[in-house]
Amino acid sequence: MSDLESFRLETRDWLEENCPKSMRTPYESDDDICWGGRNAKFTSDEQRLWLQRMASRGWTVPTWPAEYGGGGLDREHAKVLADELSRIHARPALMSFGISMLGPALLKFGTEALRQQHIPPIVRGEIRWAQGYSEPNAGSDLASLQTRADDHGDHYKVNGSKIWTSYGDKGDWMFCLVRTDSEARKHEGISFVLFDMATPGVSTKPILLISGASPFTETFFDDVRVEKDQVVGEVNKGWTVAKYLLTHEREMIGESGVSEAGSASISEIAVRKMGLNNGVLKNTMLRSDIAKLEIDEIALDLTIQRARDEVKAGASLGAQSSMFKYFGTELNMRRYELLMAIGGLDALDWDGGENADGLLPKSWLRTKGNSIEGGTSEIQLNIIAKRILGLPG
Amino acid sequence: MALVLNEEQVMLRDAARDFLTARAPVEHLRSLRDAGNSVGYSSELWAEIVDMGWAAIVVAEEHGGLGYGFAGIGLLLEESGRTLTPTPLLSSSMVAAALITRHGSDDQKATYLPALASGEHLLALAVDEGTQHDPTSCNTVAVEAAGNYSLNGSKVAVVDGGFANTFIVAARKSDESTGLFLVSANATGVKVDTVSHLDTHKAATVLFADVEVSAAAELAMPDGLEFMLDVARIGQAAELLGIAQEVLERTMTYLKDRKQFGVAIGVFQGLAHRAANLYTEIELCKSVVLHALRELDAGTEDIAAIASMAKAKLAETAHLAATEGIQMHGGMGMTDECEIGFFLKRCQIVEALYGDRYFHLDRYAKLSGY
Ligand SMILES: Cc1cc2nc3c(=O)[nH]c(=O)nc-3n(C[C@H](O)[C@H](O)[C@H](O)COP(=O)(O)OP(=O)(O)OC[C@H]3O[C@@H](n4cnc5c(N)ncnc54)[C@H](O)[C@@H]3O)c2cc1C
Repeated sequence: MSDLESFRLETRDWLEENCPKSMRTPYESDDDICWGGRNAKFTSDEQRLWLQRMASRGWTVPTWPAEYGGGGLDREHAKVLADELSRIHARPALMSFGISMLGPALLKFGTEALRQQHIPPIVRGEIRWAQGYSEPNAGSDLASLQTRADDHGDHYKVNGSKIWTSYGDKGDWMFCLVRTDSEARKHEGISFVLFDMATPGVSTKPILLISGASPFTETFFDDVRVEKDQVVGEVNKGWTVAKYLLTHEREMIGESGVSEAGSASISEIAVRKMGLNNGVLKNTMLRSDIAKLEIDEIALDLTIQRARDEVKAGASLGAQSSMFKYFGTELNMRRYELLMAIGGLDALDWDGGENADGLLPKSWLRTKGNSIEGGTSEIQLNIIAKRILGLPG
Repeated sequence: MALVLNEEQVMLRDAARDFLTARAPVEHLRSLRDAGNSVGYSSELWAEIVDMGWAAIVVAEEHGGLGYGFAGIGLLLEESGRTLTPTPLLSSSMVAAALITRHGSDDQKATYLPALASGEHLLALAVDEGTQHDPTSCNTVAVEAAGNYSLNGSKVAVVDGGFANTFIVAARKSDESTGLFLVSANATGVKVDTVSHLDTHKAATVLFADVEVSAAAELAMPDGLEFMLDVARIGQAAELLGIAQEVLERTMTYLKDRKQFGVAIGVFQGLAHRAANLYTEIELCKSVVLHALRELDAGTEDIAAIASMAKAKLAETAHLAATEGIQMHGGMGMTDECEIGFFLKRCQIVEALYGDRYFHLDRYAKLSGY
């Protein structure tokens, strides 16, 4: 038996034994997502157990190096694990910005001490990270950020504010872009720093979204002390780290365009809700949009696979992450527009009614942020035009 | 199987690109048109192509071919999409070779496969009869008489029909099933009328009047029609991919060179964003085509949905590329001199043959149960 095959069988057995039954059902609401953190609220003991068990094998981050607690799997083995997880419809044991954003940047740019300090708690879901990039006057033009970090010998003092900090009120630590040289050109005076959000001087104020949820905050810094050994990469070279992290963030967001394994396809939902007429969906106009969407879902999935195969063969992803971010988010937004159309009058209920507490309309409204967060669609198109197509501008 | 080309495939693609851009660039199609070529392709060029082994790619080694599979012929079609080179590669070297390999009798294989591989014998698909592609409606009939068949009916838009040696004819039998028959172009009662399509490629209307066909000329395995068409559609998708990429590249060159308001027009987001969107769509198309060819090579039984997905997606994207290509070239794009318009014309033909995007979206949805 090949090594991969025996790994598959071993994994299957382990999952059979260790993945609690309730962790093999689809999410009922966003509250079911496990984000970890100091103040993690587990919806059940089984959710906590599932996280602990997966973390003990490093499988919350299967491909990260084992020396920092990761799974140490190569791509083939990680694919087997992913297949086996999706086979039993297992929920992700842990989601976090530490996993999808900070970790890859630390592995590439962090000192050994920083990796030892921060990566194992990410793997175990003990520390929840927040992203301090955007500011009131630095959105798409991120590099014009003004939050200052002044040199005080062995530490910095940070002053200023961030905005749109996702889960800013739940974050334990923040990775943050600060200006360490106000004389330099705008891309060259930025540093990438880490600090505990419990440090005196950090405060947050919630922002209410159109979906009725309040998952992000304004975040204020008043003389916040940041140790100098918490700079990732070189001082004043934080833009390089920031951009690298963004490629991971964008790739991750782009993958949301691929529908979740095991969940009902949009045509199945349409058939169930609207019915067939001689084997054909009753609304034939909607039907053609659904067919286009389903073809694009497969096409995106194949393209993500192809990009991975190319990376394995030596190519680097770089600006291509903008393509996935752009297409994946636009696709997800198309999907929710269709789901709302299919839902019809049921999809209008916000409180009570058949529709589990307005989950669909709330999710639909939330998708409108997909083409904004992580850099807007227009910014991704700018990047593709310049970096890939070589257009001037 | 990884969705990247292996070293051999990269070499084949590069060789094809070198040959086609040197020997048969778009200028070649233009000169066929201007010379009033009535056949629609150059037999000298075909002889060179055959020498390079391209006609033998799909045919198995035991029948005198190279057994190199669909991934290989897909690359050749993609490259001929970039140069709009008219050749019998799709109908003969890809579709007929695949069909006879999978559905032919031993005799048919022995007769046709070596002759296809050597490029001497050309076949053409005679399927459609009306204005819309519709393989379910077949008015050409094959009536059994004394162990043989008698064929009556007419076919339109028969690609390569003007010079093919043999037609693969779809005809309805007395039990209402549709059979495929190999009919010689020289058989008594066959009448061929060549038409020039809007892209200067040639097709034919073919009449069959009491054409005697031996029972041995029927393809041995039934249900070959959909398979044959699906192989053709995947080949067309590869050609459309070449067209889309070529138009994008030419247009990007133009956006960098052409200056208005004192700057290269590629500075304008109104163009740059559309270009970036087109690039993204084409990247998706590359994966879809590669995947479809891989599935053909793997002998996957269920290729219908894969073929319809490929044709629908590629038809839409290549068409977008061609129309955007004209728009971004401004007035220049409307001229016969600028080659961009040739790509739009070719697109329209490839799209309409064997089902356009509407046909394939509909078919995809049906195959998916809705
Ligand atoms: C759900 C959500 C979660 C987020 N989470 C975080 C987070 O955790 N941490 C964080 O730091 N930030 C976060 N953000 C902020 C996000 O990164 C910014 O909103 C985004 O970068 C856009 O900036 P802006 O909102 O200032 O819009 P602007 O930059 O003001 O953009 C307004 C409009 O102008 C367009 N535009 C701007 N510049 C150009 C240009 N050059 N060419 C063409 N069009 C242009 C934009 O595309 C957009 O349509 C989040 C945002 C959302 C919606």
